[in-house]
Amino acid sequence: MANPHADHDAAGQEHEHVFVPQHRHHFATEEQQREAGSFGMWLFLLTEIMFFGGLFFAYLLYRNWYYDAFVAASNQLSIPLGAANTAILITSGFFMALAVWAAEVRKKAMLVVFLILTILFGLAFLGIKAVEYHEKYEKHHIPGASFDVAEFINPAAYGLSEKPLAPDAAQKTQMFFFLYFAMTGMHALHMIIGIGLLFWLLARAQHGDFTAGYVAPIENFGLYWHFVDIVWLFLFPLLYLINRHPLAH
Amino acid sequence: MAHEAQSEHAEQHYHDAMNVTNPEHASHHIVTPAQYALVFVSLLAGTALTVVAANIDLGVFNPIIALGIACTKAVIVILFFMHVKYQSHLIKATVAAGFFLFLVLITMTLSDYISRAWGLW
Repeated sequence: MANPHADHDAAGQEHEHVFVPQHRHHFATEEQQREAGSFGMWLFLLTEIMFFGGLFFAYLLYRNWYYDAFVAASNQLSIPLGAANTAILITSGFFMALAVWAAEVRKKAMLVVFLILTILFGLAFLGIKAVEYHEKYEKHHIPGASFDVAEFINPAAYGLSEKPLAPDAAQKTQMFFFLYFAMTGMHALHMIIGIGLLFWLLARAQHGDFTAGYVAPIENFGLYWHFVDIVWLFLFPLLYLINRHPLAH
Repeated sequence: MAHEAQSEHAEQHYHDAMNVTNPEHASHHIVTPAQYALVFVSLLAGTALTVVAANIDLGVFNPIIALGIACTKAVIVILFFMHVKYQSHLIKATVAAGFFLFLVLITMTLSDYISRAWGLW
């Protein structure tokens, strides 16, 4: 008990009433309010796990069904770009964690700096993602009417060491790219929403809203941002890494 | 550093009936930048490790190792960046229940697809 005034309830009544702006009347204590907020945020994140979980399951199933097509399509992705993006996203999450710390210890200038760094690394991630998407666009690897299977039917002609696929099997690479765009696109949408929220938090942080004891918005946004990180921690190995050494069968 | 900032503030508000300066009491834990830095370095090391492992032909173990490293990194993020290690039993149980339900759903859906053509091959 670092704080000698930590005893509340009956003893608390004897003290002068201190107005805490963030404390809503329907919570007995500010501690209860804070826990209720975290609990609600976690419930939302669990629905997000189920949402992304459906996409992850589809990937698992179709990879088993169209294994050769998934291997060939997956190896089109660049590991250096994917790994760089993983490091960038982890760095962004690190600065978000430091932003929560800065709010807790009431350092406004540091909070603002950490939020800006979180935004910058988030934007860097989206920038690399845009480069990757553009490459897929140029190669006609976006599923749909203009999809081009040439690289999968005759990989040797494009300097690729992949196993050639029959035309019907090559069409199944569209399923990989469909899931690739659905999963990374949905992840990127979460990041775009997150960066929008970060600008709002940044504006409020500059007013000192979160460095006077009220840290819940920063803390709960931190949970969201780290959740988005975790989704990518699974997308990176599943989409980029696990098909490099296909099983002979 | 966290303690300095808190005690400094406690002096300004001597009557702290609503417990503004330490709303979560002694149990509220502020993770320090040094701990966050350690987590950050371990996550980067995990990323390097998974890339190296992907370049080695380990047969059926390639996806298993990749997912194992991803799960380890995710647990580190959940425990430290998301503070679950320092949260109440309610929050810990909620998070654990959510992941458990997710695994149940995966298992049941997978067993459906695996058994659809049962005996037809």
